[in-house]
Amino acid sequence: MTSAPENRRVHLPSGLVAEYLCKGSGPPLLFLHSSFGRTWTAFLEQLAKSFTVYAPMSPGGVEPMELDSFDGFNDLALFYDDLIRALGLDRVTLVGHSFGGMAAAEYAAYFPERVLKLVLMDALGLWIDDQPVADIHTVGPAKVPALLFADPAGEAAREVMKPPSPEQAGEFMLRTQLAQASAIHFYWPIPDRDLVRRLYRIQSPTLLVWGAEDRVTPPVYAEKFATGISGPTKIRLIEGAGHFAHVEQTRAVVDAIGAFAGETTLSAA
Amino acid sequence: MKLIFFHMQGYRDLPDNFSDKYESVWVNPPTDELCDPVMEGQYLRWNLEEIELAARLGYDGVGTNEHHQNAYGFPMPNLTAYHVAAVTKDVAIVLLGMTLPIYHPLRVAEEMGQIDCLSGGRLVAGWPVGTSMDVNHCYGVTPTQTRGRWAEAHDLIKAAWTRKGPFVWNGKYNKLRFVNPWPKPIQQPHPPIWLAGGGSLETFELAAKENYTYSFLSFGGHLAGNDMMQQFWETNDKSGNDANPYRGGFAQIVMVADTDQEAERLYEQHVKNFYMKSLHVAPQFAVTPGYSTKRSLENSIKKMQAATAFDPAYRRAVTWKSAIESGQVIGGSPATVRDQLLEASKRMRIGNWILLMQLQSMPHDLTNHNIRLFAEKVMPHVRDLWDDEWDAGPYWPSGARKPKLATEAAKSRATDRVPAE
Repeated sequence: MTSAPENRRVHLPSGLVAEYLCKGSGPPLLFLHSSFGRTWTAFLEQLAKSFTVYAPMSPGGVEPMELDSFDGFNDLALFYDDLIRALGLDRVTLVGHSFGGMAAAEYAAYFPERVLKLVLMDALGLWIDDQPVADIHTVGPAKVPALLFADPAGEAAREVMKPPSPEQAGEFMLRTQLAQASAIHFYWPIPDRDLVRRLYRIQSPTLLVWGAEDRVTPPVYAEKFATGISGPTKIRLIEGAGHFAHVEQTRAVVDAIGAFAGETTLSAA
Repeated sequence: MKLIFFHMQGYRDLPDNFSDKYESVWVNPPTDELCDPVMEGQYLRWNLEEIELAARLGYDGVGTNEHHQNAYGFPMPNLTAYHVAAVTKDVAIVLLGMTLPIYHPLRVAEEMGQIDCLSGGRLVAGWPVGTSMDVNHCYGVTPTQTRGRWAEAHDLIKAAWTRKGPFVWNGKYNKLRFVNPWPKPIQQPHPPIWLAGGGSLETFELAAKENYTYSFLSFGGHLAGNDMMQQFWETNDKSGNDANPYRGGFAQIVMVADTDQEAERLYEQHVKNFYMKSLHVAPQFAVTPGYSTKRSLENSIKKMQAATAFDPAYRRAVTWKSAIESGQVIGGSPATVRDQLLEASKRMRIGNWILLMQLQSMPHDLTNHNIRLFAEKVMPHVRDLWDDEWDAGPYWPSGARKPKLATEAAKSRATDRVPAE
């Protein structure tokens, strides 16, 4: 029997309001979503069996005016730190996907002592000149599914890209447009804000979960993260998955995170 | 009414298979394959000759706009305006660009100031927000900052022109110890500021609040644009403003020939060419998340429309007949054109017509023919509309005189140019 997550709001000392979904029991896990917005997926549902999952909405995802208070990832890191303090948490397992992975890595670089363990899933944030990050915002709608998914015609692609029903098409389009606007606010037109210079500050054990067929940030980016991060790192490539590994191969990603969280020590990759 | 010959300065020779072979006319049409710099030089000369001809024949204004990495527009309208300012005397210079979010605001203040000085106060300062293609995709401005950057640039340029300098500007995007542009414009308190856009509610409201002329720019024509102009006037009326038609401008393709049949024969291929190629804009460039406000986005989703002037509907295969019926083109004999222009002026209360009379593939001679026929056989019959009731003064540059009619102008052609020496 599953139940819906609780939808909560908390007023932060900055005057901003954070909105988040919460469910589960166990150690705290903060999940930062991608530019496709936040939905309570099977992935989060399964994590909630082992963790108390907090899934905040990225600022501006519903009300774009909020973005006036955010000029860059430094503001975003402060926002998440205010949230973590407001939740009364000391150290968290931090999981971020794509744009959320970029935000999670930035947070872990600014506040390394607050991150117990870090999980970056198909994260943006780095740049390799001869293997540039693909841009789903400019390739044209017809080419997006093949960039994002190992199986562009599969169930996962439908779940991420299509409204749940035709009646919800307008609402879905509005939500997706606002989510993408609020994400690219931080990294347009190239998702590189010199994070590579700050990676050394990340001290926590870090798991890099990557779709083996990620065509947005190919697995070479997992290696670049692993090279720069000071804490022990481990790369877990997920077969049969693209940029949304946790949606295309949910079980494998949940198991990988579960195993990683249970480890007390990690050898360097 | 004010009749403005408006030149988009498009590249005149795109391959026939352009729309099949290339993704977009804007942002990423490969310059190395498509744009021959030597031919571009020829086209630029023709553009200037056509603009100068219109000035000599008595059009009230000449103007141009600004687009980037685009095969139907040209990037630097201020360069064109500077030349026109130097070689003409009476005509208003309607500069619908500079696109504020992509420039340092002081540069705009200074360049426009310089054009106004050289022209003797004939500048219309058009300040478009710019399309997402230009601002976000070509110049890399963050979509969610487009409007904030525009608004701050607007405030800063206006302050630079009207406040006693030097003064300090501590904005979000501009931090300046010394705002002190040299020169300032001749026109007081500043050149008329025109907004131009594709019908966003916020822009209507700003025009009403600031008493700016608003020009609706689309290629949909006077029938498709009718509802937008109604909304503009409703917004204007609600704010308690008068109904001066010179608050409103409208871009319209206009093509004149001796007879209706002749117009079809002369212009149809160029109309087809334009709609098939120039409106071939890739959708991901036209609708970028964050470029439109949430309110405009909700509005366009409600109407199930793309939030852009580049509605795919305009891109369908047009014929001369369909373009006339849909209002995309006002074209035909002089009598046909003046009847339609007067009808549309009264229906939409348009004081300023932005006349699109050179479409991309149109040759130099045909463009000149269009410019001449309109000046000689349409202009004298329509230009006095509104003038017994309304004063264009607040919305029109103070240094631009009502030019002579074409017939008079022809007589004094030799003297209407500044001597070249």
